[in-house]
Amino acid sequence: MIWFSALVLIPLAAVVVTAIDGGWDVFWATVTNGQTAAAIKLTVFTAAGVTAVNVVMGPLIAWVLVRDRFWGKSALEVLIDIPFALPTIVAGLVLLSLYGTDSPIGVNIANQRPAVFLAFLFVTLPFVVRMVQPVLEELDRDVEEAAASLGASRFTTFRRIILPSLTPAITAGAALSFARGVSEYGSLVLLSGNLPFKTEVTSVRILSSIENDNVAAAAAVATVLLAISLAVIVVLDLVQRRVAARG
Amino acid sequence: MADTLIRPPAEAAPVEERRRQPRVRKTPVTYLLRLIVAAYLFFLVAWPVSLVVTHTFDDGLGSIRALLEDPDMVVALQLSAYVAVWSVLINTVFGVGMSLLLVRYEFPGKRALNALLDLPLSVSPIVVGLALVLVYGGRNGWLGPTFASWGFDIIFSTPGIIMATTFVALPLMIRELVPVLEEIGTEQEQAAESLGANGFQRFWRITLPSIKWGITYGVVLTLARSLGEFGAVKVVSGNVLGQTRTATLAVEEKYLNFDQQGAYATAFLLAMVSVACIVVVGIIRPKNHP
Repeated sequence: MIWFSALVLIPLAAVVVTAIDGGWDVFWATVTNGQTAAAIKLTVFTAAGVTAVNVVMGPLIAWVLVRDRFWGKSALEVLIDIPFALPTIVAGLVLLSLYGTDSPIGVNIANQRPAVFLAFLFVTLPFVVRMVQPVLEELDRDVEEAAASLGASRFTTFRRIILPSLTPAITAGAALSFARGVSEYGSLVLLSGNLPFKTEVTSVRILSSIENDNVAAAAAVATVLLAISLAVIVVLDLVQRRVAARG
Repeated sequence: MADTLIRPPAEAAPVEERRRQPRVRKTPVTYLLRLIVAAYLFFLVAWPVSLVVTHTFDDGLGSIRALLEDPDMVVALQLSAYVAVWSVLINTVFGVGMSLLLVRYEFPGKRALNALLDLPLSVSPIVVGLALVLVYGGRNGWLGPTFASWGFDIIFSTPGIIMATTFVALPLMIRELVPVLEEIGTEQEQAAESLGANGFQRFWRITLPSIKWGITYGVVLTLARSLGEFGAVKVVSGNVLGQTRTATLAVEEKYLNFDQQGAYATAFLLAMVSVACIVVVGIIRPKNHP
């Protein structure tokens, strides 16, 4: 307990305390400062967009991995985990090699907004897939067959039978991937160029505040991120409890 | 007559078939989905990663050799390994303790603690670094000056890097162990207790062997995460060449200094370790969950 507080709770509390030290007005002024607000807006919108993509692609990938059988499937399994295990800075470099200035396919999005989107997409890939996969594996196929034998089309079966049981897992995965997206830093350093108002995300903004010795401003922005993380955790907890309650 | 001869197998077949059918059934949709997923993963993950490998070996083994002959780089790699080992050790010891606490005991605030444990995974590494600087910073942190007066610097030196790394990798071990501990229950331990085993013996001979695989899995994940941590380390380390520069910081530094070959080579080494970790996990897991 003490160890946990010393390592996690006290430092995080220090962030919040420093942020509200100067009073509400200072806090608000910092957060709504043009460059910061632009950074926060970019981060949140991109993370939301990426989460939307993940909500569609995640179950799709999980579906193929669970229900389909083909040569090279285990290789795909490994691919899913790579973004999670790869150091974030390496992830940035990796993406830069294909989508950067000397791209072999002629797509150069380095230092542009799509780069931020791409980086988020890369690092958040495993979350929805890995949440949905075990649920899909345990899903009883008899129910689907029953629905089909009662005349439901494949689309109806999917919408009425499969989707409802996957929803908690998708929600949890989406929450995680949103949180991860909002807090992403390492992969963007090389890829996005961190241009103010254009490709500068919140984490980078905090770092530059720290480097300019403006700790109060850094803490204020950090508090916003912290609040988002906490909200995500609350959502996760609620989802888990709903699943547990349902049995 | 012909009917009766043919019918039995025809009736038996659907049962067989129905069991296998969903796996065998191949419609255009199946192929389409397969194609979409494979293409998506190829463009997002496989191709970029393979490019790093080819870039590294553009001039044979030269770049790797140059890397390993650069004394600063060797120090950076050693520091990364050193930090990762410490963080794994700390997280293993406390992870086992925390998991036992969470599973075996009831106390007020347990749910909040449980939820807060996920915080390090979802909070930005930059925020983690900032938080640690605010508390343990040598000049004006909450506790930092006290430690500094004892001649013990945390921020901008190795302990700070270890703390940051431990922080971000904290939930991995616990999240692995809690389900395993919940599953094994306490019956065996109670049996051992009734046979006269003391607390230490019970832990050593009953609990530990049964969570062995959970720990192994947690260690591998923690190791991968610790080696790769970048953001938090960047804030707390100060990035002093040859002293507090880890391998991940070196990748950035090299890239920004237009030493792309060196950056790719370092990235390749780090990527190899993390891919090795995934493969190890993949091998362990089936044994653990048959």
